Amino acid sequence: MSARLAIESSAARLVGRLSRATGRGGGTTLPGKLVWRLDPGALDALAARLPAGLALVSATNGKTTTTAMASSILSPLQRLAWNHSGANLASGVTSTLLAARGAELGLLEVDEFVLPEVMRRTRPRVVSLGNLFRDQLDRYGELEHVAERWRAAVAALPGSTTLVVGADDPLVASLAEGRGRVLRFGVDDPARARSALQHASDSKYCVRCGALYHYDEAYVGHLGAYRCAVCGHVRPPLDVAARHIAPHGLDGVSFSLETPGGSARVRLALPGLYNVYNALAAASLALALGVALEDVAAGLERFRAAFGRFERFEAGDRRVLLLLVKNPAGANEAIRTLEEGGVPAIVVVALNDRIADGRDVSWIWDVDFEPLLEHARRIVVSGERATELALRLAYGGFPRDRLDVVPALDEALDRGLALTAPGDELAVLPTYTAMLSLRAIAAERGLAQPYWESTS
Amino acid sequence: MLERRAAARGHELDIDPVTVGDALVPGNHDLLYVGGGQDREQAMIAPDLASHGDDVRAAVAGGSALLAVCGGYQLLGRGYRGRDGSWMAGAGLFPHETVAGDTRMIGDVLLESMLPEAPGRTIAGFENHAGRTLLDPGARPLGRVVAGYGNDGSSGAEGCRLGTALGTYLHGPLLPRNPWLADLLLSWALAHATGAEPEPLAPLDDSLEDAAHAVAAARARDRGGRPA
Repeated sequence: MSARLAIESSAARLVGRLSRATGRGGGTTLPGKLVWRLDPGALDALAARLPAGLALVSATNGKTTTTAMASSILSPLQRLAWNHSGANLASGVTSTLLAARGAELGLLEVDEFVLPEVMRRTRPRVVSLGNLFRDQLDRYGELEHVAERWRAAVAALPGSTTLVVGADDPLVASLAEGRGRVLRFGVDDPARARSALQHASDSKYCVRCGALYHYDEAYVGHLGAYRCAVCGHVRPPLDVAARHIAPHGLDGVSFSLETPGGSARVRLALPGLYNVYNALAAASLALALGVALEDVAAGLERFRAAFGRFERFEAGDRRVLLLLVKNPAGANEAIRTLEEGGVPAIVVVALNDRIADGRDVSWIWDVDFEPLLEHARRIVVSGERATELALRLAYGGFPRDRLDVVPALDEALDRGLALTAPGDELAVLPTYTAMLSLRAIAAERGLAQPYWESTS
Repeated sequence: MLERRAAARGHELDIDPVTVGDALVPGNHDLLYVGGGQDREQAMIAPDLASHGDDVRAAVAGGSALLAVCGGYQLLGRGYRGRDGSWMAGAGLFPHETVAGDTRMIGDVLLESMLPEAPGRTIAGFENHAGRTLLDPGARPLGRVVAGYGNDGSSGAEGCRLGTALGTYLHGPLLPRNPWLADLLLSWALAHATGAEPEPLAPLDDSLEDAAHAVAAARARDRGGRPA
């Protein structure tokens, strides 16, 4: 380490401790912000000192869970520098590498927009690109724009880097065309497929000729087995596949993990097809790093949800199920999962509109809320844009007299719990910053741990 | 949204999706809606929409209500000038042209209506567009920008009104939090269906809508983009 980096590093670690000590949050990104501002090149040096190199994970949906699953596989084998709190901007990545003295391998979730720069600076051993969904257009611009940035970043990768791509996402799969070291993952189970694309599907036009894809199987949003009748472009063959999928309600899902080196039956403690995709991405990443299949399967089975993504905690004689929703595709899958396990009688939905949530809240009109509207007895809408949610649900057909508009999150949680019968579960579906606040409220009441203590 | 508000007054809407290659017969529809999309999707439908320019103009001249939002608003003008100088012809309904800009104009917006039916009434929404839409002299905007960018970020005008057609960059979506605008379009559509003069619709309980409007309007005042 250079002298300059050493000084910056210790100063930044001190800032991190101060930030935690003063209670101003988890202290997760402040040190990195400092170093990033002083010297962006520090990231290159911090990455270079990891003896086993780095693996990067990006996607619109599931990057935090995928990275956490990969950590569950890798942490018994190597000391990790892992940004487990989800601090995935350049400053958060820098903070993680600063704080992880003695780490061997970097395992980093990276925001879609900053990924190209992080790829360029860290020269990773593995890059996993899972999916691209419409999300926060106000911040990122259009899907194709993000994909073009990724394409340029992939082209600049060294040939020694292994690229992991979601083969079921046409745009993402196309990024791997012509590359040597690639692992393509996807789902292959017609019994679990939908017959048609959902209304909110984002990438439905052929990446080669622009014609509408035909989907033999659609699994999650536009992810599936697609083919173009005009030019013949089809989903590439899968290197890592999930077959014979068996859901277990809200308790989990089993599948056969089929890889170039054999197959294993895996039981995940998380429900939902989208978590099967996350598991495939994590498994592919670990396989690309040389981990044995049995260690991959064991790590996936040990895994418990990344904070707030699918989390249960007790609240007296009631339980709370926290499911993050942040864009149409993710919300649709969360609701579909809830529907498979049985929609609770009382549901809280919380919508904030800060930068991390997306300032443009129109995406809620693309969410298929109908299963909730059909089965919930009462819905409490909360967050800064609670009234927008109320309109969305009312125009979706939910009776206005069964809607409670309670913008304050702590009051909404109280209202939801009061309406929930003893012994029952309350479902809470918050956007990102609403989830952070709700977790802090739960932690304050001793119901859940603050996130910077709950992992690793 | 339109369907529910029509149903609350005892009217049923038949929804007829029209896509690339479909014929559009002027007079067959009481209300037309043209939405927006991503650049690539818009480029795919633009030639088709432009080829139906005569039909769209005839429909509006015959009193069909029309709402065009964002990309639909651009494509119903004379055309779009790309940054590379390319020209994409529009349907030629609204008296405007759009020129690609270097930066996107993104943020909450608040307007004061310039419609004679509701002068000064506020309209709250969200805009996200790279195009600068320049109205011809004498063209009537939908509203005056209170907060946000509007058509071009500098004129202080937003949207366009031509007879029973409204075009705007505001989504959010536009109608649920500005329900009077939905009712205005429905009243035009009803007049087209019955041959009578447009009349205001019976009021509904819009307390949720008004609350959402107030929050969105405050957002625009706090953090909407400012005209240059």
